Amino acid sequence: MRRFKEFIIEKLVFLSGILVILFVCLIFVFLLKEGLSFFKDVKLSAFLLGKYWYPISEPPRFGILPLILGSLFVTLGAVLFAVPLSIGAAFYVAEIAPARIRDFLKTGIEILASIPSVVLGFVGMITLVPWIKAIFHVPTGLTALAGSIMLGFMAMPTIISISEDAITAVPRQYKEGSIALGATRWQTMYRVTIHAAKPGIIAACMLGVGRVIGETMAVMMITGNAAVIPRTFLQPVRTLTATIAAEMGEVVHGSAHYHALFSIGIILFLITFMINITADFFLHRVRTK
Amino acid sequence: MPIIETKNLNLFYDKFHALIDVNIAIKEKGITAIIGPSGCGKSTLLRTFNRMNDLIEGVAMTGEILVGSENILGPGIDLVGLRKKVGMVFQRPNPFPLTIYENLVYGLKVHHMITSRDELGGLVEESLKAVLLWDKLKDRLYASALSLSLEEKQRLCIARTLAVKPDIILMDEPCSALDPIATLKIEETARELKKDYTIVIVTHNMQQAARISDDVGFMLLGRLVEFGKTGDVFNRPQDKKTEEYITGRYG
Repeated sequence: MRRFKEFIIEKLVFLSGILVILFVCLIFVFLLKEGLSFFKDVKLSAFLLGKYWYPISEPPRFGILPLILGSLFVTLGAVLFAVPLSIGAAFYVAEIAPARIRDFLKTGIEILASIPSVVLGFVGMITLVPWIKAIFHVPTGLTALAGSIMLGFMAMPTIISISEDAITAVPRQYKEGSIALGATRWQTMYRVTIHAAKPGIIAACMLGVGRVIGETMAVMMITGNAAVIPRTFLQPVRTLTATIAAEMGEVVHGSAHYHALFSIGIILFLITFMINITADFFLHRVRTK
Repeated sequence: MPIIETKNLNLFYDKFHALIDVNIAIKEKGITAIIGPSGCGKSTLLRTFNRMNDLIEGVAMTGEILVGSENILGPGIDLVGLRKKVGMVFQRPNPFPLTIYENLVYGLKVHHMITSRDELGGLVEESLKAVLLWDKLKDRLYASALSLSLEEKQRLCIARTLAVKPDIILMDEPCSALDPIATLKIEETARELKKDYTIVIVTHNMQQAARISDDVGFMLLGRLVEFGKTGDVFNRPQDKKTEEYITGRYG
């Protein structure tokens, strides 16, 4: 009887493992099937480099360059905002903060991670957007900048906690060696610790970026959603994700527009996939060292 | 006149009394070994000489430690200056995850000692020669220091310490991670260095202490039980416990 139970449990575990992979494959196949047929009508170069996204005009134009640049602007802004702040915070938590403050901060970071993105978007819309409008005297505060800042907040918990792990994992001996040579704590940090923790910190940033690129709700709420090629951070932009989310509901099933949205999905998938692979590569380097 | 002298040195890790009334006088330009069973406080004593124990929370010290003629437990002591004067080599070789060259100039950069590349290059050569690594490494100065063998790493760490021109080098069981042949080579290096530097070495290897040291101190349970010329301590120990330890009855 016991052996029979073991057998059943073993098979169930096996089945769940296989099923997960199967589902991923099915989703991927569906994405490819729906997306790739789009390229029967439109050339890949025209899709990627086209400057106009007018999917329902006559004739429709499916250029996603503005969307790619929109995603790029928002992501770049978020990186510029979140990375320095997060690495600084990670160093503070890992190296400087006394135990009590450290625990307090770590809890804070976890709470930041658990705020739903729609709430962040909402808060951004009510607070940040009017501020940007007032401070920069622009016609609307719904801009790439607003998206960047809110997404920066979303990326921070990931970057901080993974960087902090990497910094904490730096062997004590390195720090001792540096201090024994007469280096100060600060010199030790920026001359030795950061080098030893570099792969982990890079991986942390990549994972943060991955999170930003894939994020949809907050950006849709606060970036203004204008599918034009942005020139500054103070313009409204529309990201790849927001385009899919905003248009999928109304699109005619099976139309070129419908397939185009799936193609955007493929592009998005490729970008995030590559970022995660890179992050994985760096994390792996940390472990094997 | 001793270069390091402690007067009634006591050290506590919170409530644990790790060093008890230690009085030791270490002579300049020679090798002083400190031996004793694990946990006797020998590493702790060594680490008071460059105040490395400060990194541990809850450490408190009383008494005096004179390095040169300055009490390094006194108020307003310049720790950076102290550690420049008193270098340290650790139990496990710990080169930084940087290139060999960067490891060697690390101390110089930290202390803002040198500016010109030529001067840096000269010092790199000089310190590598002092540990007999120059011929082997001169063509791969920009390789990662982590690519070296354990013995080479340890010598690099010694060279890194020499580069900042210390007076004293503390060695905390520098051979315990090395094989016997590498150990002999490090000992040879130490013997070479004592012409110019004062070396204090902690070891649990009595043969090593007998081979290389001029003076030796025996510690037990936080006390310096016996201290004197190496020949005297090993041949005619005054204290019964020293004799028992040296003859291998415990440890």
